[in-house]
Amino acid sequence: MHARADTAAEQSASWPDEIFAVLQRFDVRQVPYVPDAGHSRLIERVLASPAMRGIALTTEEEGVALLVGAFAGGQRGVLLMQSSGVGNCVNMLSLTQVFRFPFLTLVTMRGEWGEFNPWQVPMGSSTQAAFELCGVKVLRASHPAEVREVVEAAAGQAYNACTPTAVLLSQRLIGTKVFIK
Amino acid sequence: MSRANLLDRRRVVSALLADRKEAVVVGGLGASTYDIAAAGDHARNFYLWGAMGGAVMIGLGLALAQPQLPVVVITGDGEMLMGMGSLATVGLQKPANLSIIVLDNECYGETGGQMSHTAASADLVGIARACGIPDTRAISTLDEVAAFAKTLQDVGAGPRFASVKIDSATLERVLSSRDGNFILNRLRGDLGLNPM
Repeated sequence: MHARADTAAEQSASWPDEIFAVLQRFDVRQVPYVPDAGHSRLIERVLASPAMRGIALTTEEEGVALLVGAFAGGQRGVLLMQSSGVGNCVNMLSLTQVFRFPFLTLVTMRGEWGEFNPWQVPMGSSTQAAFELCGVKVLRASHPAEVREVVEAAAGQAYNACTPTAVLLSQRLIGTKVFIK
Repeated sequence: MSRANLLDRRRVVSALLADRKEAVVVGGLGASTYDIAAAGDHARNFYLWGAMGGAVMIGLGLALAQPQLPVVVITGDGEMLMGMGSLATVGLQKPANLSIIVLDNECYGETGGQMSHTAASADLVGIARACGIPDTRAISTLDEVAAFAKTLQDVGAGPRFASVKIDSATLERVLSSRDGNFILNRLRGDLGLNPM
């Protein structure tokens, strides 16, 4: 959806594989997503996994509702999206309080750290506050070395304590999108 | 307002659920939830009192998690219109045990009867078909409802979608529980799932 010019560093980054390993360990089965370049490696791993089902959405709020159904049926899930999709979820995030179900989302950030596209900035700037207004706890990872432990902590509190949690994966971590004519 | 030859929503839902067996039933917010409650409270009824546009996706999550169980989403035209994209998502996933029924009164009954898009131009059956849902039906008689009700039990031939044109008369509300934790944990318990 938002293809970045791949850099050698991005191609070799191991943190998406570390996230995948955490999701495997927590027995995550349903992975709804709206594509983002920052999630592309993780989405590939999910789609190739026999234990997980990657579920492409038309809009992010679908994923919040899907995860309620998944949990009602006995499966854990995680929602993958970009920061611009967080605003689309606002009313549906009510479900995290109404049902107190384990909600975990991993959000790739835009609109920060050298952003080129001004259209990404407003929602990127209010992503964390929007989550917090909706009662979702926010953790952030900005460096490759901390991704695994941040996602692990988020999964732990979401699945073990039913604390709705979002992990923001910083644009600094993912790499600023390069627009080339 | 009541028009001749349109089906009574409570009779439609009663007929759909009369022989539900193991089915889990998700009700979209508003009158659909009241109709399901009126047909008889059940541990496998999943009532929604909000999350407009989310009923089909909740049904999809359930259907994927419990592929051997019939999962039936019963919702209204307004709720379905708000979550139209979810029909494309269902069309892509093709859960064979998911059935979606829209009770189409062509208006927003809960808010004063304002006209919905299905009254004039939007064709939800056509949309569902175009989204790749293989079994789509426009239903206008109770015989067709009864025939469709039988197919709900076939967890190998869905997803399926039916729109039932119903009378827009406003009926007495039959109020289900609106405690999300209760509704969720009652269903999970009935499916043999442990609490946290």
